[in-house]
Amino acid sequence: MIRNFYKSLLALAVVVTISFSNAFAQDSTATTAAPAGGGDAAKGEQLFKGNCAQCHAATNEQIVGPGLAGVESRRDFAWLKKWINNPMGMVASGDKYANEIFNKFNKTQMTAFPNFTDDDVKAILAYVTQVNAAPAPTASAPGTTPVAQSGDTGSGKFVNVILIALLVIMGLVLVALLGILQLLNKLTDKTEGAETTSGKSVGEKLQSGFKDIVANRTVRIAITWVFILLATKATFDGLYGIGVHQGYAPKQPISFSHKLHAGEMKINCAYCHTGVYKGKQSGIPSANICMNCHNTIKRESPEIQKIYTAIKEDKPIEWVRVHNLPDLAYFNHAQHTNVGGLDCKNCHGDIDKMEVVQQRSTLTMGWCVDCHRKTEVNGKDNAYYDKLMEAHSAVSKGSMKVEDIGGLECARCHY
Amino acid sequence: MENTNKRYWKGVEELKNDIEFVKNANREFNLDDIDTVEPTHRRDFLKVLGFGLAAVSLAACDAPVRKAIPYLNKPEDVEPGIANWYASTYAEGGDYSSILVKTREGRPIKIEGNKMSSLTKGGVSARVHASVLSLYDNEKLKEPQKGGSKISWADLDKEVVAGLSKGGNIRIVSNTILSPTFKKVIADFITKYPTAKHITYDANSVSGLIQANSESFGQAVVPSYDFGKAKVMVGINADFLGTWIAPDVFAAQWAETRRLSSSKSGGKNEMSRHFQFETGMTITGASSDYRSMIKPSQEGAVVVALYNKVAAALGGTPISGPAIEIQNLDKCAKELAAAKGAALVVSGSNNPAIQTVVNALNSLLGSYGTTIDLGNPVNFRQGNDADMNAFINEVKGGQVSSVIFLSNPVYDHIRGAELGEALGRVATSVSFAANADETAAKCKYIAPAPHYLESWGDAEPKKGFYSLMQPTISLIYNTRQAESSLLIWAGGSGDYQAYLKSSWKSILNGGKSWVQALHDGVYEPGASVVASGASFAGNLANAATAIASIKGSGIELSAFENISIGTGTQANNPWLQEMPDPISKVTWENTIAISQKTATEVGIDQGDWAKLTVGGKTIELPVLIQPGQAHNTVSVAIGYGRTAAGKAGNVGANVLPLVSNGQYWASDVKLEKTKSGYTLAQTQTHNTVMGREAVIQESVLSEYVKNVKAGRFEPKLQTSEGFKKPGQITLWNGHEKKNHSWGMVIDLNLCHGCGSCLVSCQAENNIPVVGKAEVARAREMHWIRLDRYYSSDAPHEEGYSPAGFRAMEIASENPDVVFQPMMCQHCSNAPCETVCPVLATTHSSEGLNQMTYNRCIGTRYCANNCPYKVRRFNWFKYFENDNFDYNMNNDLGRMVLNPDVTVRSRGVIEKCSMCVQRIQLGKLEAKKQKRRPVDGEIQTACSQSCPTNAIVFGDMLDPESQISKTLAVEKEGRAFHVLEEINVQPQMTYLTKIRNKEGAPKTETKPSEHASGAHS
Repeated sequence: MIRNFYKSLLALAVVVTISFSNAFAQDSTATTAAPAGGGDAAKGEQLFKGNCAQCHAATNEQIVGPGLAGVESRRDFAWLKKWINNPMGMVASGDKYANEIFNKFNKTQMTAFPNFTDDDVKAILAYVTQVNAAPAPTASAPGTTPVAQSGDTGSGKFVNVILIALLVIMGLVLVALLGILQLLNKLTDKTEGAETTSGKSVGEKLQSGFKDIVANRTVRIAITWVFILLATKATFDGLYGIGVHQGYAPKQPISFSHKLHAGEMKINCAYCHTGVYKGKQSGIPSANICMNCHNTIKRESPEIQKIYTAIKEDKPIEWVRVHNLPDLAYFNHAQHTNVGGLDCKNCHGDIDKMEVVQQRSTLTMGWCVDCHRKTEVNGKDNAYYDKLMEAHSAVSKGSMKVEDIGGLECARCHY
Repeated sequence: MENTNKRYWKGVEELKNDIEFVKNANREFNLDDIDTVEPTHRRDFLKVLGFGLAAVSLAACDAPVRKAIPYLNKPEDVEPGIANWYASTYAEGGDYSSILVKTREGRPIKIEGNKMSSLTKGGVSARVHASVLSLYDNEKLKEPQKGGSKISWADLDKEVVAGLSKGGNIRIVSNTILSPTFKKVIADFITKYPTAKHITYDANSVSGLIQANSESFGQAVVPSYDFGKAKVMVGINADFLGTWIAPDVFAAQWAETRRLSSSKSGGKNEMSRHFQFETGMTITGASSDYRSMIKPSQEGAVVVALYNKVAAALGGTPISGPAIEIQNLDKCAKELAAAKGAALVVSGSNNPAIQTVVNALNSLLGSYGTTIDLGNPVNFRQGNDADMNAFINEVKGGQVSSVIFLSNPVYDHIRGAELGEALGRVATSVSFAANADETAAKCKYIAPAPHYLESWGDAEPKKGFYSLMQPTISLIYNTRQAESSLLIWAGGSGDYQAYLKSSWKSILNGGKSWVQALHDGVYEPGASVVASGASFAGNLANAATAIASIKGSGIELSAFENISIGTGTQANNPWLQEMPDPISKVTWENTIAISQKTATEVGIDQGDWAKLTVGGKTIELPVLIQPGQAHNTVSVAIGYGRTAAGKAGNVGANVLPLVSNGQYWASDVKLEKTKSGYTLAQTQTHNTVMGREAVIQESVLSEYVKNVKAGRFEPKLQTSEGFKKPGQITLWNGHEKKNHSWGMVIDLNLCHGCGSCLVSCQAENNIPVVGKAEVARAREMHWIRLDRYYSSDAPHEEGYSPAGFRAMEIASENPDVVFQPMMCQHCSNAPCETVCPVLATTHSSEGLNQMTYNRCIGTRYCANNCPYKVRRFNWFKYFENDNFDYNMNNDLGRMVLNPDVTVRSRGVIEKCSMCVQRIQLGKLEAKKQKRRPVDGEIQTACSQSCPTNAIVFGDMLDPESQISKTLAVEKEGRAFHVLEEINVQPQMTYLTKIRNKEGAPKTETKPSEHASGAHS
């Protein structure tokens, strides 16, 4: 049990350390290498992983665009800076090399990064150089993935483990009790006379002991009560579970792996779920979003081919909805992600470790309300909440919870 | 109201204390009188119970697999869950509105006014609101038709072009077309087929006005009117706030002359004076200061008399005319003459002679160049009755070989029946109707045109005022725009979008970019043009002679256009059918409106059906006793009696064939009672206020000028410590509002009862249609009840003596009318909240009374305890139920539902939520931008749609908001809460109605203590 505990604690730690967002994407490997000439490789890595890694590898490997190993020897800094700031402008201006590379990569437009300064570009180039100079370079951050596999411990499993452990303990206690009972029996037998009992074998003795226990009225009543209580609890649990689909993990038409995309590739959730900071629905990505990368990456994979078929046949992909709120409840993603500043994991669990997405939270009203009671309002630097904060601090010293500003009122979710 | 001497009543039955009314007054719903639902038997009950249990256990076993289907190629600007707004134009038979269309996931779900238009200023009528539902009418044609069976577009084009090419006269028949580009298409078509001619007519024609203007000023146009500049305005059978020409435009102007402010510094206490002479009660008459009843045959005489009286004062040449005695006529003439230069007289008559005299009168009053502008005419009505008559004669004479219909004249023209019979003689007949209407059914081909929300187009409602129409959804069925069809038949490409864009190059002329114009929806280079005068040059003597020859006899019939159905083009729209007529409160049919006196003379009464015969033509309709109806007249609404409109629209009877003179009235009407015992689906006495009287508070301007609190009833309750205001003694703890306090101020002086808010609310909040039978049971679901109160000047005290009763009877012939939109008042001390056994209705910290449908168990205690009777109970499941076969019973119709609002199921109470979904969304937008919400960015559906801005919504805790400012001024003025004495502290405030009428109401000498229930 202690080991189990240890394991889940470890998993929890992993959950905390790995995050979706780019801001947290840097890991310990970056700090180990010394900065290369001209630019800050650590900063470069951060920029690279946040902006470039979706399409470019720092090695020779081709993802969407060309691998960047040795890019400095191919083009000078001025050209690269100009290109990164405005690639399509370069193509339009008729730059020969720019047009060549544009045509070579199926006229895929590169995103422009007009805000990158000289220092930023230098930093990225320094990082690229550093990666290629390292003895065993890999494009993705390898340090995090192995841990992720061991951390596949959801809260549901954790409860099961505890239950099993409890059962084992109960068994042990029962055996111990039986032992004590036998000992006591032996003692009483001794006082009454050794001859009557000494004739019986150990088996017989156990049997008669067991019979005695069963015949005991108190024990029988206790067992009946335990049974009734357990049955009642099971019934209630069953009833409460109606419509609760925690752990629901339907098979999807395309075996899309969040573990790969969100976990290993660290693609920001909002890249595909475009509405998550804007509106009510986070949105299921349309096929054209998949095609941003998959028109060059892994085109031949049978799963990716399903997207191609869908586009060819003009039939949208029918995903199976995992999180189903009843129509009577209104939920808005933007309120929670954008305004509340909550992480996706808060409700969706470790999506970045799920091969098949499953519903991690119960999505019951109790679950919603519970969170509204505990969660502090993210009102800092948001002028909307100033008035409320003021009013709250006037009457209470504690932090302002969602509950305190009407977060438990019916018409926040039901209308 | 207590300190006035008026008695208010919602319907004749209340005034008469009708047995049915008395019986039902104590009830929320009249339950037992109409028995169409079969009683449930024990066995049925057991069966249902068994099946129900089985269904529940089955449903509980496994949740259905729900799909999430994303776009294949998501448009960049479309984000599921976030609404997109597009500017467009509503232009239906000359009715015009510049609109914004709200779309969700690519489907239009709501229409709102475009405030960028300086013409309509964001005003949208009930019919425009409802037009979004007409888009999702599943009875529309799904493909082109030939003789009732389907045909491909290619074949149709081939056959029609072959027919057109045979030569002979070609006629294109339409209602008013506002689109300059469509007219260009027709011109192109005529160039290709020189024998073609375009005939324009209007179902409710103002051809007489156009003709008179042509004769008087040499300009065959409808001028633009500016009621906002008029100090004295007179309407003669012209319902300019409801249906005449451009009611939303006029209502906004009218309202500005009626707006008051009780501010101590710089308050406004001047109002225009409004006289109305009319036959039936319209909302314009109801909102006027002096209303007089005339027979339709007297229109001319009234105009002539008014002219002569004004001419006597201002020095014009008098003309001969019949002598006439009409109430208020002298007063009206005197005030008109006094207000020279700021006066306006309009007549709804279609008689050029009458309109010529009106022109002369306006000319005398100096209206041209001030309140009337002939230099910038409007295009709202262009119909020419003579052309249309000639066309029908041609068809009857077999002189027309091809005809193309853009409208439905077989139904909506006076001679429609003749035309329908003769259509067989036309070799090639095509209709662009969206469904097989009365005309299309008689045509050889139907080339269905899409709804305007699926179409490209433009409009020029007024000279120099342009607006664009753009599709907000891709074509639902295999339809094609009429413009495209005509272009193809004329040998063009049929790409109307490209045609429109190139045509707009000359309109925009560098003033705005195409994209900008499309974004704004409007382009108004003519907005800065000043009004121009005109000198009258018509022949008054001829007009006088013509008027003298108008003779009416016996009972006269007036055919009028009502607000909801109009001319019947949208008759198949259940929202409009169920919208109560603002005056009569009748739904789902038209009636024979008659005064009590005439009805008694004829021997009919409400609840009867009567046969109405004019010149051998007969219709049969239920009788409605209408206070304010001129004696010896009956009024019947046009737009009903469709036979091919669809399952919701084929109700009532068509009155047009009975008024065959083209003047929309007839004399020598015979009335014959056919059956009795009929219950009209009339909402007027539903949910009555139980005799509580401080509901309407009103006064007259002369009193208001002296005391801004005139007409206010300020209740005081007697306690052991003397009289106290109700708010000072309370059992309640109240609710603290720290953040927002949402509320509304409703100005009774500006509400003219148009019902736009009601339909807007219905569209926004997924309010179901319940049908005629259920409305008759008082089970309508509208969240806004547009209360219409009649009032008699009968003295309050004498009201209970024989003399008082007699006085009441006289007053009720032409009562004063007040409109009061009544929705949930969101009481801070809400009586409904305390009685709910399951806490399904609770209070929010922002002042909202919240209704939680999923918690409601349907005890209806709340509805019972609501002093305002604004809670509605879902007696049935109104969606996916064949007994309520309206839009919620088919997939297409359900597309209009607002995805942010729950569709309520059977057995729960619902009511106005103050559009909490909009409040929440507005707050979220503000939070996302890290700021406080700005006043005006959050609007409820009703406040947004009000053409006169009578409803102001906002945050009462925001000192900068309009509502806070209004309340600050009016708190010690016109602001009052309905039923203040019960101290429920509503969030809704009303402002007293002030009439610009002389004669102060008697103030009661009685002390003002009041205990509710003391008066019965």
